[in-house]
Amino acid sequence: MKLPPFEYAAPATLDEAIALLAASGGTAKALSGGQSLMPVLAFRLASPSLLVDLRKIPGLDRIDIDAQGVKIGARVRWRDILDDARLRTAFPLLPAAISHTAHYQIRNRGTVGGSLAHADPAAEMPGIAVACDAQLVIAGSTGRRTVAAADFFTGALSTVLADDELIVEVRFPAWPTARRWAFEEFAMRRGDFALAGIAAWYDLDSGGRATNTHIGVIGACTRPQRLAKAEAALNGKAVDAAAILSAAKAATESLDPPGDLHASAAYRRSLAGTLLERALQRASS
Amino acid sequence: MGAEEGFVASVVGTPVKRIEDQRLLRGKGEYVDDLHPEGLLHAAILRSTVAHGRIVSINVKAALAMPGVRGVFTGEDIARDSGGSVPIVSLRLAPLPELEPFGQPVIANGKVRCVGEPLAVVVADTAGLAEDALEAIEVEIESLPVVPDRKASATNEILLFENLGRNSPITYTAAKGDAAAAFARAPYTRKESFRVQRHSAVCMEPRGVLAVWDGAATKMTVSGAAKVPFAGRRILARHMDLPEECVDLIESDVGGGFGVRGEFYCEDFLIPFVARKLNRPVKWIEDRRENLLTSNHSREIDIDIEIACEKDGTIVGLRGHAWVDAGAYLRTSAAIPPRNVAQFLSGPYKIANIHVDSSVMLTNKNPIGTYRGPGRFEGDFFRERLVDMAAKDLGIDRVEMRRRNLPTDADMPYPLATLNFPEKKEELDSGDYNITLDRCLAEIKWAEKAPLQGKPDADGRYHGLGIGCFIEGGAAGPRENARMVVDPDGYVSVFVGSTSIGQGLVTVSVQIASDALGVSMDRIRFYHGSTTYLKEGFGSFHSRSVVMGGSAILDAAKNLKAAIRKAAAARLNCAESDVTVGAGLAASQGARTIPLADLAKDGLSVEGTFANHHHTYAYGSAAAHVTVDPRTGRVELLEYVTVEDVGRIINPLTTNGQAVGAVVQGLGGTMMEHLQYDEHGQFLTGSLADYLLPTATDFPNIRAIVLENSPSPNNPLGTKGAGEGGIVPVGGVIANAVANALSSLKAEPRELPLSPPKIWALIQQPSA
Repeated sequence: MKLPPFEYAAPATLDEAIALLAASGGTAKALSGGQSLMPVLAFRLASPSLLVDLRKIPGLDRIDIDAQGVKIGARVRWRDILDDARLRTAFPLLPAAISHTAHYQIRNRGTVGGSLAHADPAAEMPGIAVACDAQLVIAGSTGRRTVAAADFFTGALSTVLADDELIVEVRFPAWPTARRWAFEEFAMRRGDFALAGIAAWYDLDSGGRATNTHIGVIGACTRPQRLAKAEAALNGKAVDAAAILSAAKAATESLDPPGDLHASAAYRRSLAGTLLERALQRASS
Repeated sequence: MGAEEGFVASVVGTPVKRIEDQRLLRGKGEYVDDLHPEGLLHAAILRSTVAHGRIVSINVKAALAMPGVRGVFTGEDIARDSGGSVPIVSLRLAPLPELEPFGQPVIANGKVRCVGEPLAVVVADTAGLAEDALEAIEVEIESLPVVPDRKASATNEILLFENLGRNSPITYTAAKGDAAAAFARAPYTRKESFRVQRHSAVCMEPRGVLAVWDGAATKMTVSGAAKVPFAGRRILARHMDLPEECVDLIESDVGGGFGVRGEFYCEDFLIPFVARKLNRPVKWIEDRRENLLTSNHSREIDIDIEIACEKDGTIVGLRGHAWVDAGAYLRTSAAIPPRNVAQFLSGPYKIANIHVDSSVMLTNKNPIGTYRGPGRFEGDFFRERLVDMAAKDLGIDRVEMRRRNLPTDADMPYPLATLNFPEKKEELDSGDYNITLDRCLAEIKWAEKAPLQGKPDADGRYHGLGIGCFIEGGAAGPRENARMVVDPDGYVSVFVGSTSIGQGLVTVSVQIASDALGVSMDRIRFYHGSTTYLKEGFGSFHSRSVVMGGSAILDAAKNLKAAIRKAAAARLNCAESDVTVGAGLAASQGARTIPLADLAKDGLSVEGTFANHHHTYAYGSAAAHVTVDPRTGRVELLEYVTVEDVGRIINPLTTNGQAVGAVVQGLGGTMMEHLQYDEHGQFLTGSLADYLLPTATDFPNIRAIVLENSPSPNNPLGTKGAGEGGIVPVGGVIANAVANALSSLKAEPRELPLSPPKIWALIQQPSA
């Protein structure tokens, strides 16, 4: 489990990093926290010609909060999110979800941009990005573009990110204080990849009915996604036991998860429904 | 308690803190990878990615040409240097001539029979360069159909060893009384099938070998040895065509043993071989993927089992057929799990009529070996589940059913079933087994919790209680040796053939030596394991080191006192019988006293030995309180208590630590750990992200109670092997608790692991 041979560069600017990626013709890999990439290299599942270490690039480690919402730099680490007291009111769903991400040591190094680019369907950050209508700011050889999280993930470990592009920032719209929300995750052990996870939120209209419902799923899917039928089952309704059950039923019916050595497809489907039920019970209580 | 003359328990029985820890916690431990001799080279091993196939070609030319590569060796090279054929490592324990051909070649030559089997060894200047060169070796293997499981194995349609004509090397039988007659007579019988999944010990420190060849002195020195260095030396010397005295195996600190580390593996030959060939020190450190893929697997046994009872719950018969998925070869300790699962299926219970067959079945998977509580963990799961089912059928309380069948002092010694091939009789040595059962029930407050059984709480989680009883065998023979030398400063150096595998050997051995000699613990220097210390040693397995090594220390202490008397008598010019050996081993006659340091000049060196063929049987009961979330299948362990009588406690701290650690390990095997292969023999769980181990925070509520009511009559200390008991009943206890919790849902666990998806599936398809 020794790493394969590769060249290493730690450029001082974003432009240099992009230039190095572009020059490699797709054989270089960006290195951020390394918490997914290093195991991949140790197993020799990839042998990039060059690792472009992003650690010296300034300005990517900021968390900015204003009336428009929350901007999180690509090099922000999990522990930065958990340590930022502002987020607990400005965007409470995010730290609640990230508290499930891996273990202490990994949270000290793993980064937001790395997780989004890696696109593990069981990871929390991609799931929250999709469930919360996040926009990803991406820089590349031809300039910057902004992509909706919903369009960014194309499959397991697969995104629209080009070889010469880097994620710079993820932007979340503002979070109203009155919003009802919950995050539920189930893993074999705390910190393991989720067998399923649900992020659910909605606002209440003047009649106390759910509106603007967003339900995102991780783990029980090949990419993080929203569950439109479950959302529709809740919108316009008081979030009571019956509404919750119908949303959970819609969720399980609309999921087609893969099975693997840890859990069957049927289990994951059922689990996602159970977690949604529990999330909505918590959000509505 | 049966102690030797002159033995006064002073530190024995007290909670002395582990001597080892001072060094280990300060980072002063010396593991094999800490050794860096001058001129060191590093080895990496190319392993088969094909589960079953014929080797067409292995081309190493490109690898040899890579920078820093010093040598590449294949099966052909090794056969050429080993008299024409690749050495085969076969059984160390319970060997039989007919099993020899099923041993593992140290490197594949001609055929591969499992993924992970060595194909070539690369030696290079660094481990990284060696790994780089592995990728340059071109291997062509013609795939053969795969035997993925024991059922396919039994058909013999595809043979692992074509020349041997069968996939099952042997079927053992453990028998007692007349099972057929008992079953014909019995008013109640029940037949079931159970299964335990493939899993094993995963040591924090992977295996490692460092071989240094001194051609001028004709000396091979191998570091990284553990568990059984003398046995390893015997095997290595034979296969390297060296006299045993030209080979030394040096014990290192180890990050975990558990039965898996220290057996003789392929690499234990390959690394010394390449070191001699290149005349350079060579080191190989197993990586985690290799560790999961190639260190001994264990536990994969399924059984058809049947119980016969009187209406009052008295068990009158037990019979069945166990099928052991042994993997592709019979390694050094492969015979033990299949033998144990047969012989100890009856566990602690008095059962007059037994007939259990246990078939060893080869498959295209990594070979098996012993893992803490080998065959016993599996057997306890099978038996304790069946006892619960029988109690339910008979309308008898399951605790009462167990009590009715446990032995008491009046039954001792109590014979177990006798195993054939080679014949092995066993008997429980001492104890009133109801005492541990009662204590266990009291500790977990069974009666108080009984009303919770099978009921959901406010969160919808069902509560369950489980109980199980167990025995733990210890004290494997044939003997153990110790040596004592008085050093010039008057300290005593104690050498013993036992090995330290993390169990606290140094502490407990020094405690025994201290009391046996009447010398304080800090004046004893302790050396263990390595072949340089003694002429013969047997090591640490089968919970033997306290009984065997400890008793050998007692014998050496007795001999040392005699030697001191003799030396002092010569100095004092008096009769030996006039000499008194007092505290600190100072010798005196009347008012004249000679301190030990003065006598050291006379060369005080003695040996001691303890030979024994009677095993010890610690015994106990364990109970658990769990909740099960029926929606997710999650089992939460609220409380676990294990109570074990070990005859005599040498150190309550280490004994307790062994018990709690063993329980956690057992919980891993019960709920999480699973070494999985697909139908093509491809290994699926090659990392700790896929092979799930319990961590320190997963099971916080475990208590171990250790008792010493019933000393063993079979050794002078009266103690019993005690390192494995904690793990033995865990599968049965937890499964019984889960069954109890889910009784209203008719979910009866018959297979491990009890992972959330498996329990959920059980609830979806209930059966009575």
